[in-house]
Amino acid sequence: MSDKKTKYKEVAYYPGCALEGSGHAYNRSTKALGKALGLKLKEVENWNCCGAMEVKNIDPKLQTYLSSRVMSIAANKMKMDVVMAPCNGCYHNLKKTEYELSHDEKSREVVDRLSQKAGHETYQAGQVETIHALDWIKDTIGEDGLRQRVKNSLKGIKIANYYGCMYTRPRHIFPEKDQGPGSESTSKPHFMDDLLEAAGAENVDFPLKTACCGGAHTLSDSDTSTRLVANILQAAEAAGAEVIATECPTCHSGLEMHQIRAEKTLGLKTSVKIIYFTQLLGMAMGLKPKAVGLHENVSDSFAFVKQKGLA
Amino acid sequence: MSAASGLSMAAIGQRLEALVAAPAAAADADELLRLGEEALEHWIRAKGKEPTREEREGFRLLALHRQGADKDPSFNACRETCRELAYHYNLLGQQPDHPDTAQRARMMALVANHLYLFISGKMESQQLGEFCCSSRPVRERVDSGTQAQ
Repeated sequence: MSDKKTKYKEVAYYPGCALEGSGHAYNRSTKALGKALGLKLKEVENWNCCGAMEVKNIDPKLQTYLSSRVMSIAANKMKMDVVMAPCNGCYHNLKKTEYELSHDEKSREVVDRLSQKAGHETYQAGQVETIHALDWIKDTIGEDGLRQRVKNSLKGIKIANYYGCMYTRPRHIFPEKDQGPGSESTSKPHFMDDLLEAAGAENVDFPLKTACCGGAHTLSDSDTSTRLVANILQAAEAAGAEVIATECPTCHSGLEMHQIRAEKTLGLKTSVKIIYFTQLLGMAMGLKPKAVGLHENVSDSFAFVKQKGLA
Repeated sequence: MSAASGLSMAAIGQRLEALVAAPAAAADADELLRLGEEALEHWIRAKGKEPTREEREGFRLLALHRQGADKDPSFNACRETCRELAYHYNLLGQQPDHPDTAQRARMMALVANHLYLFISGKMESQQLGEFCCSSRPVRERVDSGTQAQ
């Protein structure tokens, strides 16, 4: 049994704000999938926002502190050594914080000062390892494990895997990636492709898998977001995909909402379904669509999954 | 590899829109690559620099992207889009008679369009934000003395 396989079997779970709101289907499906696979999640106690983009853009060091607090609770209070964050924004910010605390004295000083003020132990770089939900499934269960557990194969479903722009960027905060066989690639990520293929899906060659979806423009410049998403949806359909698999709540919500908006404002109708990879894997493991929160998605995929024998 | 034709950003967008809508052909590859380069040139000029004439890995497009991302790492969010554009250009150039040529050409048009949309979105919001959030004015108003650091 590999180190990671043992180490990741029980992890501190940091859902983040989005998974309590617009991305609740991702929250539900992540928990349900973990349970179905025999993996344990211990939610980080009294967690806070990672600082996301809003705080980071006003005061980057405050974002570093906020993310460090989450890791401090996991490490010092819960005595956990792995934090799993399914949201790309949270995952990115925790990794960025880890990097900054390892390389920047000023960040260490600010985090220490604010931690003392807040009355909790200061997080020290290296106390926990932050992983994504993709790492969690890939390194504990893996492709072979999934193949053995498949109850409803995803066979016949053509999928474009969409990772978004924060899962692999900037490369220097993800030192474990690009390390050869078995590691994730920052230029052509493949973990989601690998897992869904193991569950029977047919992945299509999708050139925009790490392209920007305009997620952060959604409120300030909706038209730009709609055009970016419309282009992603068209590219997925041109690649032959019936489904875009997602692993980020911001990307997922953006794709769903702007799919509707693109039809209204651009007259562009696309029929590709947008489904979290945890929902697809969960249904492949035999879970019912409602158990993985399919009813919580904005877009309606029930008829599609029924047609594909997943419901 | 290609010379700038001096199209405005809006004109680049209109031309790409037409190419995305039209039946795709391998013959479009040169124009699609050039439109990508021109969009990058606009970004670089908007940042007050002269677009490079150099190439990286045989593509001026990649050299322009690198120049555009200098001191602006968020611009790397279009790095793979640029590389996919170069990849599709190579596919179409080296295998013009491949049975998937029309599909590849359509995909190249969509990739070029994505590059344009990304850059135009960034340029549009440049006065408001550096990238994801429209926060530059907020950040500039908040004097460093009032921040946690």
